[in-house]
Amino acid sequence: MAFTGVVLVLFVMGHMLGNLLIFVGPNTLNAYAYKLHSIPDSIMTLIRLSLLLAVVVHIWMAVLLTIANKKAKPRFYKTKVRSTYASRTMRMSGFILLSFIIFHILHYTVRIVPTMEYNNKIVFSKISGISNYVPLYKGDRPVIEYDELVHTFNVYDMLIHGFKNSYVSFFYVLSVGLLCLHLAHGISSIFQTFGLRNSIWKVWLSRFAWTYGLIIFIGFASIPLAIQLNVLKYSWQNTDEGSKISKLIDLER
Amino acid sequence: MNLDPKIPEGPLSQKWSNHKFNMRLVNPANRRKYNIIVVGSGLAGSSAAASLAEQGYNVSCFCYQDSPRRAHSIAAQGGINAAKNYQNDGDSIQRLFYDTIKGGDYRSREANVYRLAEVSSNIIDQCVAQGVPFAREYGGLLANRSFGGAQVSRTFYARGQTGQQLLLGAYSSLNRQIGAGKVKMYTRHEMLDLVLIHGHAKGIIVRNLITGKISRHAADCVVLASGGYGNVFYLSTNAQGCNVTATFRAFKRGAGFANPCFTQIHPTCIPVHGEDQAKLTLMSESLRNDGRVWVPKSKAVAEKIRSGILDPNSLAECDRDYYLERKYPSFGNLAPRDISSRSANEVCLEGRGVASTGLGVYLDFRDAISRDGEQVIRERYGNLFEMYNRITGEDPYCKPMMIFPAVHYTMGGLWVDYNLQSTIPGLFVAGEANFSDHGANRLGASALMQGLADGYFVIPYTVGNYLGELGISQAGFNDIKSEAFSSTESEVIKRLEDLISIKGTRSPRSFHKELGKIIWDHCGMERSRKSLEEAIQKLDKLKIDFEKDLRVVGHSKTLNAELERAGRVSDFIGFGQLMCRDALMREESCGGHFRKEYQTNEGEALRDDSKYAFVGVWEFLGDGEEPKMHKEPLCFENVQLGTRSYK
Amino acid sequence: MRLNLKIWRQESGQASGRFVDYMVENISHDSSFLEMLDTLNEELIKKNDLPVSFDHDCREGICGMCSLVINGEPHGPEKATTTCQLHMRHFRDGDTITIEPWRANAFPVVKDLVTDRSAFDSIMQAGGFITARTGSAVDANEIPIAKGIADKAMDAAACIGCGACVAACPNASAMLFTGAKVSHLNRLPQGKPEKERRSILMVSAMDKAGFGGCTNIGACESVCPKSINLDVISHLNRDYQGASMKRIFHF
Ligand SMILES: Cc1cc2nc3c(=O)[nH]c(=O)nc-3n(C[C@H](O)[C@H](O)[C@H](O)COP(=O)(O)OP(=O)(O)OC[C@H]3O[C@@H](n4cnc5c(N)ncnc54)[C@H](O)[C@@H]3O)c2cc1C
Ligand code: HEM
Ligand code: HEM
Ligand code: SF4
Ligand code: F3S
Ligand code: FES
Repeated sequence: MAFTGVVLVLFVMGHMLGNLLIFVGPNTLNAYAYKLHSIPDSIMTLIRLSLLLAVVVHIWMAVLLTIANKKAKPRFYKTKVRSTYASRTMRMSGFILLSFIIFHILHYTVRIVPTMEYNNKIVFSKISGISNYVPLYKGDRPVIEYDELVHTFNVYDMLIHGFKNSYVSFFYVLSVGLLCLHLAHGISSIFQTFGLRNSIWKVWLSRFAWTYGLIIFIGFASIPLAIQLNVLKYSWQNTDEGSKISKLIDLER
Repeated sequence: MNLDPKIPEGPLSQKWSNHKFNMRLVNPANRRKYNIIVVGSGLAGSSAAASLAEQGYNVSCFCYQDSPRRAHSIAAQGGINAAKNYQNDGDSIQRLFYDTIKGGDYRSREANVYRLAEVSSNIIDQCVAQGVPFAREYGGLLANRSFGGAQVSRTFYARGQTGQQLLLGAYSSLNRQIGAGKVKMYTRHEMLDLVLIHGHAKGIIVRNLITGKISRHAADCVVLASGGYGNVFYLSTNAQGCNVTATFRAFKRGAGFANPCFTQIHPTCIPVHGEDQAKLTLMSESLRNDGRVWVPKSKAVAEKIRSGILDPNSLAECDRDYYLERKYPSFGNLAPRDISSRSANEVCLEGRGVASTGLGVYLDFRDAISRDGEQVIRERYGNLFEMYNRITGEDPYCKPMMIFPAVHYTMGGLWVDYNLQSTIPGLFVAGEANFSDHGANRLGASALMQGLADGYFVIPYTVGNYLGELGISQAGFNDIKSEAFSSTESEVIKRLEDLISIKGTRSPRSFHKELGKIIWDHCGMERSRKSLEEAIQKLDKLKIDFEKDLRVVGHSKTLNAELERAGRVSDFIGFGQLMCRDALMREESCGGHFRKEYQTNEGEALRDDSKYAFVGVWEFLGDGEEPKMHKEPLCFENVQLGTRSYK
Repeated sequence: MRLNLKIWRQESGQASGRFVDYMVENISHDSSFLEMLDTLNEELIKKNDLPVSFDHDCREGICGMCSLVINGEPHGPEKATTTCQLHMRHFRDGDTITIEPWRANAFPVVKDLVTDRSAFDSIMQAGGFITARTGSAVDANEIPIAKGIADKAMDAAACIGCGACVAACPNASAMLFTGAKVSHLNRLPQGKPEKERRSILMVSAMDKAGFGGCTNIGACESVCPKSINLDVISHLNRDYQGASMKRIFHF
């Protein structure tokens, strides 16, 4: 459980840092996404599989543990448990996280969530006026490989579009909030599980866990919030960029 | 009654090793053919059971608690003595021997006491090997402290939980044997009778306290390690379940009961709060190392303190009477238990007591705190202070602690010879249940020592010797269908049914309280012919009332604490009479037995060695008959009988 | 003081139980909680009712026999205090007090408030000892032990085996108890040779006895009458994982 926990904890931090590139600008984010996708398939599958494995094993262990623990405690009586809220709600937060992750993957990886029709070239072009594959920039220079302009999926716009839906945004913020709660207990718990905690360290570790959780929360939540608050806009609406894009599109033709 | 102590030949210091050499051994392959019953899982019982099982015998061990770890040895706080001389302050086997004999007011058997001192060192080694976390110095070696009445530091301790830690050590060894299948542990089983076959102890009858089932257990011999009988006083420092049943039943089956009147009153207990009190709590005597005992000089001031008008801290030095320091300048606050207790009682009788009931004296740490700092005192006694605070709601760091004596230990017990065998062949008795080593008074920190000495180092040899003498052809006795078993069992069942069928009006506890009051008032810190004769009469009456008016609700086929208590109280009443008879017989004052008629002009105990240098052993002659007293004379060849003086 | 009591009554392990209301009067502030129950029982006996069964023995907070979940808290509201050392001055006149037995499948109810805690003994029998045959020990001072280590071992050894940790834990996990034992024995040089074996055997005995797994909730620590803290669980985890790794990889 703790092993998978470590994997997941590290993943979310990396994932968050990557996602924050959205604030740097569409090009950077898209470049990052392109980079990720250009990892050879075999390795990508490996990474995805191990991530999947981590999630599955984590959940599987959680289920086994829950069953064993429910069996050990017959009737839950009116106990005043002197413990933290986070620790008592690991199952609840974990379960909601699971549904979030499923939704999230359908949403952005598989891209089959309704209203996400941008995946369909025609529909997407209709709203944005451009194709969902955009040319890739580094700095302000287009990336050319083998004399070809490289085109990549417009992750940036996909995110903006996804989070324009306020229900979706709300669900994301809620979920990363629960993730924060899950981590606030989980991270400190990892150290305990590995036997690396004592009562002096405990105070610092739980502060660390809360800080970590909050950073994750703020980092992730900032994206849907920024979009809801219209701080981040569709890339093609940005006139400057937009004109460049159209220029390039011309060039390509 | 055969009271041959079977003391081995030779000089004192070689008796035990000679004896070990001369004892019969049982061949290791044959040991597994023998069964041994151990009643009790305290220090004596656990250590005996574990050691016997390690040797290869099959052991069944019984205790009334839900786990062997809960035997009352767990409550000992102060420490355990051993003649290690780690402090280089002149301790030796000889000195520990001498101190114990002297402390016991010359009423114990030299050879036994010497052996106790001799094996004391091995006990510490054994316990450390088991992982008992004794206090240590920064260098990593064991720490010692001095303890009630001793002038050398020979007491090993584990915070305020020495008994618990030692018991956990013995319990862990026992566990190893239970896990290995060599010991069968019966928890929540109470021994209700002893079974004799052709005069030998061959089994017991027990009641399963959960199901109420009565069962028979047979073995080649029986070891009783069932603890002391302090609860005859109702209020004592003993656990609620401590009882005399096992030993008293053995007495009724023919085992001699020695010195029942020798009981020890501990000077530092938390005073009684009221009628509902069920138990007294001991504060470790080690507190007396730093605390100073006092009461106000005048009765009027004491009254003001009692009613809360006056703050004891505001009392000027000249208005305080540090009576122990005044009367016993060389020992001061560390004067032996009986002396400290009696002195406290005296000042309270003078009306100078300070607790709300008037029964309490101060144990003041003010001077120690200003001398060593609160931190040091906290380190030394923190947990005891907390315990005091929890019980009384007062903070001993700023308000002097209050203490009062309470019954704590019983030196008397079943008579045993040098082999710890009682007058019934095959019945061995260990720990507080026997009378062996402490004479008329026990020194602090030596009961734990004795329990473990008996269990680890004596019983395993002497039981082997007995079994060896029986011969292998006798091994594995298990005929529980025999007449003796069935008749003893039906007596046990009848006794239980009788208790239930009285259907009177009074609860077992109310009888217990009444019994306790009679014993405390008449056979407590001070005894006299008059008080004892009165007590015997009162107990006769109490017995009749009990048999007429007892009410035990519920039935016997289930967990029934009332039935358990009723059985124990009925034995305590019978035993209380024996105790008073013994106290009446002993017309001298010695150790814990203080007869008003026998004191010096200064109020000190007056011993009579010419007439009473013997062990008084009582033989049961039948219900309604007066028991018969036998004497085992005590000869002192190695120590000079002196008058104990702690001036 | 006058109190309303809601007490769990259950005739036997098989029977089903229920709460029954009682009232007691004239309870002294200085009484202990168990003395209050004694008083109730004396009243019940007067009425020819069955007294309430509860476990207790030493009544001084050391034997670990007393139990009781008082108003939802094992050993009641006072920190680091056993039920027998809980005094009525911590309650107010007219209070309603709910009293229940420990609840965990590994601790089946025997009657009323009495439970069977022999599962703890089974953990101990699996490995809660240092193998040291009587008479085989070296001189005690030949094993010097740094004071710090001895003190920490002592902290852990203070556990009285009461089971409150299990009662408080939502998973009915016995990790605090087992951790205390392991932490005491594994720390000491005498206990090192059997360290790995002990950790593995005790943990598997714990699982076998039907205790739940620890999810680091920490409720156990807050009810422990001897202030055993989560460090011992951490210690147990460390030693157990180390031992398991060694087993798996044959180090
Ligand atoms: C509060 C307190 C503090 C003490 N402090 C110290 C100290 O600091 N130093 C010191 O040396 N001594 C001390 N003593 C004395 C010492 O603890 C005891 O004398 C000693 O532990 C007795 O050990 P034991 O094995 O003989 O009996 P116990 O430990 O009392 O064991 C008795 C065993 O017999 C079992 N039993 C009893 N009756 C029956 C029955 N009918 N059927 C089945 N089983 C039965 C019980 O279940 C238990 O297992 C103290 C005593 C008390 C009460
Ligand atoms: C997918 C659904 C999830 C479920 C059902 C779930 C459930 C649980 C449960 C029940 C626990 C046990 C509590 C404990 O041992 O302390 C737990 C622990 C933990 N979880 Fe999750 N969780 C999920 C997702 C996640 C995610 C996404 C992360 C990290 C980003 C994570 C990180 C952790 C960590 C670090 C622990 C502590 C591990 C330990 O101490 O052993 N979990 N989880
Ligand atoms: C606002 C917050 C988030 C944004 C904007 C975001 C964005 C994305 C995007 C764009 C992808 C698709 C990557 C791709 O296929 O190229 C993705 C995949 C993924 N995200 Fe997120 N994510 C967010 C939060 C989270 C959280 C909180 C978790 C986990 C708890 C998470 C877990 C995953 C996983 C597991 C994948 C699949 C990875 C893969 O396919 O390899 N995401 N995310
Ligand atoms: S760890 Fe604490 S709560 Fe648990 S059994 Fe030991 S003393 Fe009781
Ligand atoms: S409450 Fe239970 S979950 Fe673990 S930390 Fe304590 S055992
Ligand atoms: S009765 Fe012994 S700890 Fe409470």
